[in-house]
Amino acid sequence: MATQILMPALSPTMTEGNIAKWHKKEGDAVSSGDLLAEIETDKATMELEAVDEGILGKIIASEGAENIAVNTPIAVLLADGEDASAIDAAAAVPEPAPAETVPEPGAASGFEEVSAPAAAPTPAPAPAEPEYTGETQTLTVREALRDAMAEEMRDDDNVFLMGEEVAEYQGAYKVSQGLLEEFGEKRVIDTPITEHGFTGLGVGAAFGGLRPIVEFMTFNFAMQAMDHIINSAAKTLYMSGGQMGAPMVLRGPNGAAAGVAAQHSQCFASWYAHVPGLKVVSPWSGADAKGLLKSAIRDANPVIVLENEILYGQSFEVPADPDFVVPIGKAKIERPGADVTITSFSLMMNVAMEAAEALAAEGIDAEVINLRSLRPFDVETVVESVKKTNRIVNVEEGWAFAGIGSEIAAIMMDHAFDYLDAPVKRVCGEDVPMPYAKNLEAMYLPDAAKVVQAAKDVCYT
Amino acid sequence: MATAAKRKPRKRAAPKPKATPEELLEFHREMLLIRRFEEKAGQLYGMGLIQGFCHLYIGQEAVVVGMQAAADTDVDTVITSYRDHGHMLACGMDPKGVMAELTGRGTGYSRGKGGSMHMFSREKNFFGGHGIVAAQVPIGTGLGFAHRYKEDGGVCMTYYGDGAANQGQVYESFNMAALWKLPVCYVLENNRYGMGTSVARAASTQELYARGESFGIPGERVDGMDVVAVRAAAEKALKHVRSGKGPYILGMLTYRYRGHSMSDPAKYRTREEVSKVRAEQDPIDRVAQTLLDNEYATEEELKAVDAEIKAIITEAAEFAQQSPEPDPSELYTDVLVDA
Repeated sequence: MATQILMPALSPTMTEGNIAKWHKKEGDAVSSGDLLAEIETDKATMELEAVDEGILGKIIASEGAENIAVNTPIAVLLADGEDASAIDAAAAVPEPAPAETVPEPGAASGFEEVSAPAAAPTPAPAPAEPEYTGETQTLTVREALRDAMAEEMRDDDNVFLMGEEVAEYQGAYKVSQGLLEEFGEKRVIDTPITEHGFTGLGVGAAFGGLRPIVEFMTFNFAMQAMDHIINSAAKTLYMSGGQMGAPMVLRGPNGAAAGVAAQHSQCFASWYAHVPGLKVVSPWSGADAKGLLKSAIRDANPVIVLENEILYGQSFEVPADPDFVVPIGKAKIERPGADVTITSFSLMMNVAMEAAEALAAEGIDAEVINLRSLRPFDVETVVESVKKTNRIVNVEEGWAFAGIGSEIAAIMMDHAFDYLDAPVKRVCGEDVPMPYAKNLEAMYLPDAAKVVQAAKDVCYT
Repeated sequence: MATAAKRKPRKRAAPKPKATPEELLEFHREMLLIRRFEEKAGQLYGMGLIQGFCHLYIGQEAVVVGMQAAADTDVDTVITSYRDHGHMLACGMDPKGVMAELTGRGTGYSRGKGGSMHMFSREKNFFGGHGIVAAQVPIGTGLGFAHRYKEDGGVCMTYYGDGAANQGQVYESFNMAALWKLPVCYVLENNRYGMGTSVARAASTQELYARGESFGIPGERVDGMDVVAVRAAAEKALKHVRSGKGPYILGMLTYRYRGHSMSDPAKYRTREEVSKVRAEQDPIDRVAQTLLDNEYATEEELKAVDAEIKAIITEAAEFAQQSPEPDPSELYTDVLVDA
């Protein structure tokens, strides 16, 4: 049967093309792969090859023809044995119409629905967190994290830990102390210094049905693995239509330690919280550390656990019950108050709590919220607090621009605009790379005095 | 036949092929399925039915077909780059679902949310379809890690191109795979051009498969245009890997006839170069010629196979055009697994 050769779309943006040259003339035999013509697109001159074999019966758009819309017939190809009479027949029979006009079941109404989409579903609030009344033990954050991993590894053979110095060295910061001894080298694996590689390997292991815990010696080094965290781990569930994702934990110390300067002192909270497909948590207390890490290991999604080196050595009362977990997506009111809400996470919770005590001495009753999860974010707890206090200050180590505090400001616009009596305040790391000198480093970081001042500003006192 | 209209049995006795007539017929059929699928995908792209990037596998069919012929498809896993349609078909994925994904329909393998470069089938042990050059190499190494951890006897076939061979993460992967003796068969598809840059202009050494040497990974060059040679090499490599000796690299010399993607004007090589490879090395013509020379099949029988495959592809294309676009509600699904 004679077939029409149509002006092809030869780039993602091409809508029309010019015939620069015909390499075959009417009556020429054509076989698959032969060069038929050269076509100028919006970007380049492209060669048009024959797909089918036959005789070039008629050239409809001659050499030099310009602005021919995609899918317009430019020639007619005759099959073996056909004569010219088939040309008119072919010319008369329109080829399948382009995509836009192909009738599709549901397409018409679908288009309208797309132009007026339902709002993105609001994530269901995390389940209420039962108050823990069982036994506790005094543990450092480091020990709490280790216990979380050990308990979950006892529970699920597919959970394993990999990273630099996690096994024989017992962890660069001793977080994995004792794990090699208990679980052996199959499940506690020292990697070479190869973040890009071992993070990708972890993603593959998760695709393959395992539950990797990937430790970064610090999150600064995870920059080398960013492509696998974002493009491979976070997006695959969506790109596969829900068939497979990367259930894994990516954890390690985040933010400034002390005296290690710009490349080793950075908070990545807002970087990761930006990405759909990731969950991001950042524990403060020992209970947070244990409960959130256990939830992260059990979660079927990639979870970023942003720990803090300075907190590793601090002690807290930690629930001893192996069934204790902290639900991801749930903030915690650490100190109830009526006058101003202070939100924070990780090490900066120490600053927030210290500021709240100082404010109390001056007659300002601050409510301190430990965010714990940055994505999903507990909008409800923060908004309910602001409805009561009408004022909010966020404290974080990271930079203000496009930071977690900026997101909180936007959340207030969306959900608590009518309740605010003062602009949202952000207390952040200064907008410079972290300096080395002790005095400059201290100036860079938020401290209680800065938080107290911000709280007074929003209270207009 | 589109690829070689003038084939005739030779007069002299043909050399005995290292495959049975049934195997050769199956290779021919599978390669032709990929060829016709890709030609149709190119057509649909030209009609504006497929958008974005579309990287065709035409010319390289012998690589994946030969590899899969040696694989234990019950347990072995496959992962590759964005030039992935052929791998999906060779893994047994349904042409209808693949084509519907290309046209962005709800019936596609990724429900229209992945497209040409991002498709998966857990059921068929196909783990993508990855759009970032070389990212599949550590992931494939991780699939190998999982095979060993679970002791399921499987091997991950990790495909990458000559362009990817210059990415650092490939060598980070080699190091770990060799260090831990992971069951990974690296399949380097050297089609001679990383987009528009020839291997000679991009790589300090041309024998890219030999880059495993410094990690102690054996590698060999394979005629990637000869499906029987590919299968033989794959059998040898997989035996090595499955026996616990660690990874292996197969350097497939192959060629893509089409541009890097549909919008590639391909000015970096001559038309004569492409025509010469097509005429002299086409993997499908070579098998067809062997079938004819040995009188394992007649020209008519091969034409019948072609007609049968064209019908499958036509059906897939119709399915892909008639299926509805994804439901608008799909925009918000599959971002996270509900805990």
